[in-house]
Amino acid sequence: MAERGFEISRLPGFATIAIAAFVILYLPIVTLVIFSFNDSNSVAVWGGFSLHWYADAWANDDVKAATMRSLIIGVSAAVLSTTLATLAALGTTRRKAFKGQTFIYVMINQPLMVPEIVTAVALLIFFGIIKVATGYQGLGYLIAAHTAFCIPFAYLPIRARLESMDLSLETAAADLYASPWATFRRVTLPLLAPGIMAGAMLAFVISLDDVVITEFVKSGGQDTLPTYMLGQLRRAFTPEVNAISTMLLGVTVVMLTAFFLLTRKKD
Amino acid sequence: MSPAEEQAVKTSARNGWLLSAPALIMLALAAAGPLLIVVYYSFLTANDTGGVIREFSLEGWKGVFLTYDIFEERYALADAHLTIFWRSVWLSLATTALTFAIGFPTAWFIATRPATQRAMWLFLITIPFWTNLLIRTFAINEVIRNEGILNTMLLWLGVIDAPLQIVYTETAVLIGMTYVYLPLMVLPLYATIERFDMRLLEASYDLYASRWHTLRRVILPIVKPGIIAGSILVFVPSLGAYVTPRILGGGKKMMLGNFIELQFLQGKNWPLGAALSVLLLIIVMAALLVYVRVANRDRGAGHG
Repeated sequence: MAERGFEISRLPGFATIAIAAFVILYLPIVTLVIFSFNDSNSVAVWGGFSLHWYADAWANDDVKAATMRSLIIGVSAAVLSTTLATLAALGTTRRKAFKGQTFIYVMINQPLMVPEIVTAVALLIFFGIIKVATGYQGLGYLIAAHTAFCIPFAYLPIRARLESMDLSLETAAADLYASPWATFRRVTLPLLAPGIMAGAMLAFVISLDDVVITEFVKSGGQDTLPTYMLGQLRRAFTPEVNAISTMLLGVTVVMLTAFFLLTRKKD
Repeated sequence: MSPAEEQAVKTSARNGWLLSAPALIMLALAAAGPLLIVVYYSFLTANDTGGVIREFSLEGWKGVFLTYDIFEERYALADAHLTIFWRSVWLSLATTALTFAIGFPTAWFIATRPATQRAMWLFLITIPFWTNLLIRTFAINEVIRNEGILNTMLLWLGVIDAPLQIVYTETAVLIGMTYVYLPLMVLPLYATIERFDMRLLEASYDLYASRWHTLRRVILPIVKPGIIAGSILVFVPSLGAYVTPRILGGGKKMMLGNFIELQFLQGKNWPLGAALSVLLLIIVMAALLVYVRVANRDRGAGHG
């Protein structure tokens, strides 16, 4: 390699395309955030800094109700899916491979494989039947649907954490006559906690972002923030939607940063 | 194995099932199970006011490709449906190709950064990946719409006299899907390129291979599992896309996902909608099976 500056892994044009890709990925998002602070009515012409789209969104009762609904569904789905995923992760790791384990994996990951629109249609039909049969129209259907599709997202970090955990501490606890339950409560669970927190955060973000399944499962007047935004788009497009987007974006970034801090490998 | 050991293995398996059961029940009730009802509904008779009449019928499945001409009293190929199928397939393939063209250099770029910087670049790809699809579609919409930033800029620069009509065309859907699914291509590609042994490049160049030859004969074959994984991850959601074509394609440039929605929420032909959903599911499962087979074959051949 006598040639000066010959970098072995450099491929011509690749760095340019990569930088362009990052710019293209971020430019629209950054623009959206900036224009949410725009004083003018336009989404393309800058008219000075203002918070009035946030004030508008805040004063809008529909937005408030949708925010509350998103939070209730998101928190419930996160708590439920993380609990179920933790149990399933404990059931499918650190034991001899057993018959049907592949089936369990496939079932848990199934929401990742089936197109959302198909699940949405399936739930529209199935929950529709139950709605007619029981007369119950509440948020329970949305919480159940969200819990189900959040399970794989909660499961993955918990399972990863379990697999990387040292068994010797639990063996030590058992050797010291701790009951299985005490070992679980005092040793396994604290060690597993970062994985559980990470799983819960992913589940919350996934629930908060869902559009398609919510759009099909919701009863009248059960808009969440994303379905409200989708509905707004049918009418005139206002920077109010930008303001809501920016707030949702903020929540996502905070959650993700926390997720990365929790799952970071200490080395 | 002693009887005690055998017993321990049995207990362990039973506990495995018991612990997984709550999650499995939830998934069976609110995700996997209802899919069977869709199959059932695709064989029922449509009720004109929505829903179904519980009588066996093949009209739903016939409606996927055929349309009944009431004047000629015979079935004819449903051109409108075929147009939507064709559009869904070609847009998904084009999205996969475009995300690869942009995503491969990007993944290569990240993987060849110094180790300390890599996490930062990767985080930059991950943020859009987890950002609400709806928000990202809004964001790209604001760039390409008639009064959007792109047109405003081009008009101001004098490059064009009238705004380019991009939104509500197939191009808009393609741009939008490429934009929203790009991270799905980059992440698996990065994972395989990161494990790529750069000494192979040295060997290749030492043997007088050109950069193009090295790329085609050394790099691409080795990162093939990543290419397949990325392609599946982009192709599958593209084919079932609903939000992006709805916003950027308007009501005119519908894809399969929007067409299915139409049957349920407006068109009132549930059996047809159910048949279309089952068809979409079959195509996606076939794509996944191909992926699993190729991935296993490559592992078997020792590429790992």
